[in-house]
Amino acid sequence: MSATNSVANEYGLLIDYEFCTNCHSCEVACKKEHDLPIGQFGIKTLEDGPRQNINGKWEWTYIPLPTDLCDLCEKRVSEGRLPTCVHHCQSGIMYWGKLDELALKLAEKPKQVLFSR
Amino acid sequence: MAINEYNKERYKEDWRWYEDGYEVTRTSVWTGPGCHNGCGVLCYTKEGKLEKIEGDPLFGYNQGRLCLRCLNMVENIYNNDRLKWPLMRDGEKGENKWKRVTWEEAFDWIEEAYKDVCETIRTKFNGIGPEGIVVLSGTGRNAMWHGAMVLRSVFGSPNIAFGFLSADSCYQPRMTANLLKEGDCWILDASQLHPDRYDNPDWVKPEVVVIWGNEPLASNGDGFMGHWIVDLMRMGTKLIVMDPALTWLASKADVWLRVRPGTDCALALGMLNVIINEDLYDHEFVENWSYGFDELKERVQEYSPEKVAEICWVPEQQIIDAARLYATAKPAGVQWGLAIDMQISAMEASAAITDMVAITGNLDVPGGNVLVRYAYNSSKKYGSGLEFISQEMLARRIGTEHSPIHKAGYTPFIPPDLLLEAMENGIPYRPQMMWVHGTNPIANMAGDAPRVYKAWKNIKYTVVCDYYITPTAVAFADLILPMAMSVERDSFRSWWQPLRTITASAERYHECKMDEELVLELGKRFNPEFYDQFDDVHAFLTWMIQDDGNGVDYTYDELNKKVYDWWDFNETYEKYRKGLLRDDGNPGFVTATGLYEIYSPLFDVWGFDPLPHHMEPFEGPYSTPELYKEFPYIYTSGHRHIGLFHSEHRQLPTMREVHPTAIADISKEIADQIGVIEGDWVWFENKRGKCKQQVHIAPGLLPNLVRARHGWWFPEKQGAEPVLFGVFDSNANNLTTMGVHGPTHYGAPYKSTLCKCYKVTPENDCSPSEIVTKKGGFSYVSY
Repeated sequence: MSATNSVANEYGLLIDYEFCTNCHSCEVACKKEHDLPIGQFGIKTLEDGPRQNINGKWEWTYIPLPTDLCDLCEKRVSEGRLPTCVHHCQSGIMYWGKLDELALKLAEKPKQVLFSR
Repeated sequence: MAINEYNKERYKEDWRWYEDGYEVTRTSVWTGPGCHNGCGVLCYTKEGKLEKIEGDPLFGYNQGRLCLRCLNMVENIYNNDRLKWPLMRDGEKGENKWKRVTWEEAFDWIEEAYKDVCETIRTKFNGIGPEGIVVLSGTGRNAMWHGAMVLRSVFGSPNIAFGFLSADSCYQPRMTANLLKEGDCWILDASQLHPDRYDNPDWVKPEVVVIWGNEPLASNGDGFMGHWIVDLMRMGTKLIVMDPALTWLASKADVWLRVRPGTDCALALGMLNVIINEDLYDHEFVENWSYGFDELKERVQEYSPEKVAEICWVPEQQIIDAARLYATAKPAGVQWGLAIDMQISAMEASAAITDMVAITGNLDVPGGNVLVRYAYNSSKKYGSGLEFISQEMLARRIGTEHSPIHKAGYTPFIPPDLLLEAMENGIPYRPQMMWVHGTNPIANMAGDAPRVYKAWKNIKYTVVCDYYITPTAVAFADLILPMAMSVERDSFRSWWQPLRTITASAERYHECKMDEELVLELGKRFNPEFYDQFDDVHAFLTWMIQDDGNGVDYTYDELNKKVYDWWDFNETYEKYRKGLLRDDGNPGFVTATGLYEIYSPLFDVWGFDPLPHHMEPFEGPYSTPELYKEFPYIYTSGHRHIGLFHSEHRQLPTMREVHPTAIADISKEIADQIGVIEGDWVWFENKRGKCKQQVHIAPGLLPNLVRARHGWWFPEKQGAEPVLFGVFDSNANNLTTMGVHGPTHYGAPYKSTLCKCYKVTPENDCSPSEIVTKKGGFSYVSY
């Protein structure tokens, strides 16, 4: 286990994906922070739907997925900032913190995911 | 929430500080890049160069959040395609040949051209002179009062228009309906008028929000940041969505009415029928504060839910459900948008929706629809500089004689449709110079863009102020002036709340000038009597924000340091009850009756129907059934790209990764009928023209609806004609109209016309740009 991994195992991202609108802010904020070229992503939004469920309601869900290029914004965090995706998320649905604290928050509401590295 | 608290060491309330080798400037941004927001940012600069930018978490408006436009700021500012210095045409118009000139040479040329314009207007058109200059403006950018001041205070002309936005179909119908009925404009109260936002003790969360003809997440229209809707949803607000397309918000709505485009007025009247007949309205408001309720009660009897269901193509029960849900929620708000403006019934729909807001007691209450003014009344926006125009000159405005609302001065604009006619036929006179300030009409807002292209070629002079060489500049310009972007500008924003500084943090790119500098320097040359009182841009901006005693009582430099100033007027609710709206200090609204005018006496005087009524779309299944057989799909355009603003940003690789090309929505039903699959290219065509776009099959779309994308041109293609950056290839406005509107002169059918649709094949493929620029237009296309 590298040192990076042991730190990352302590911290993670909680994402309340129920309210992700696919605004792309996390993707582009990440590209700019990490100076990623076209075609490369540190976080990428995935889509399910839109599809009408058998009960007549619409299913349309986005979920931002951190990639292997995500370092949880080590540099920003060391400067006392939040990861740039968390800072700029237009829906305000991303949280950075210690995994044990985020896990408590995860239990507060459905349709959330917790990412660790 | 504790987990995401911001570090107070890093995020300060100062306006400027230094850290880690950076100068950090805390300010707001607004144009360029264009958008209707004015988010708070922290600009990190080194040696005058912007290195990075992030959202200011201490500004209530965006609370740290940013969209792609700001996140991608550095790529935009230092893009090598950006204009670096003034360019003078060095070939024929359309050849895209330019030579570099100095600002001094540019100003000398403008002076010579000005003299020639005045001479022509005097000798050939028996006029005064300066009225031969027309300023064209874009929408909602920080280039509104600038063009207006150039026009009126520098040149002395009265003619300003949107860049051929037919019938002023963007926010103008909604605003004008508001001004006529209650004297002020309303907006949805998502707590944005308070610095402490959702924590403000006076604010109340709306139980229900109606999203009407709007996709706020992508559009952020009219100074409303779309994701505030998501904030409200997370607090439990229910949604009612009126949209012919399944938007993400519609998919989350309690009631989604998939309304037929162009029938919003009928829908509102149907809801009013339910609200009035089921006695769900606010009796106190109606009895004490409104005028003409009985007439409306009588009118809505013509619009039963059953009849409206047929007009609007929605289930009757949904109309009833929506009306009950809205009217019984306390409070409830409406977030409305462009789709209401882009139909011939724009004014009528705006009036009916506003009546619904008013009679349910949701006007100017917390969490409802609140009455707002530009912060501290400072900046008159498009109306700036009217004091420089004499009555004699005002009477020379093009086209206003034919529109009572324009003539009466409810808008500072001239009707763009009649401007186009004047360019074509020289009546009352042919404009001699177009001054294009922050708009790219043939790529974006001009209805029937090929017709505008043809007419514009008759105009002797064109000056374009912009960031990049646009198709409009190549086709028409003699002179292009390079403008500074937001972080390079000293400016301000007073659009709603708060008054915000826009402080230059980066040095201007090459020889670009701030719009503010351009106005001042031209002013010193053409109107020194007025402009010589200002030593610099800051002194001029102080004059602007102080607004002759109507605005603030401090200087622009002081505003820089305040960063934001929240105006208590805009924070106050129920202003009409408190006597805060009228100059005479009496309670009531700024109308002749002092009441909210359900029945509009002014409309009556002008010969319009004083109550809302449904009009069938100009082209459609019921108004033109024969045409509908040939063109069986309803055609709309202008639904927004998330992160783009109109025709901007097409040069930027990061933006093009998100939005590679013009991708239109069509229904599965249409795709099956014409035999196309996702990613195919199709022609949209009607009797005015055609364009090609790529197919996205959008689930949930009204089955016979196509939604064409707007604003597409291709900076990567050749600039010279006949290619002209491909501006007519995918141009949604090859199919739209100029000169078609409702009786009030407001609202054109950008979003409710007809087309057919078929696959692009090697046999039928061609270049619409070549058809328009070299073959005289689409009259050469056989049907």
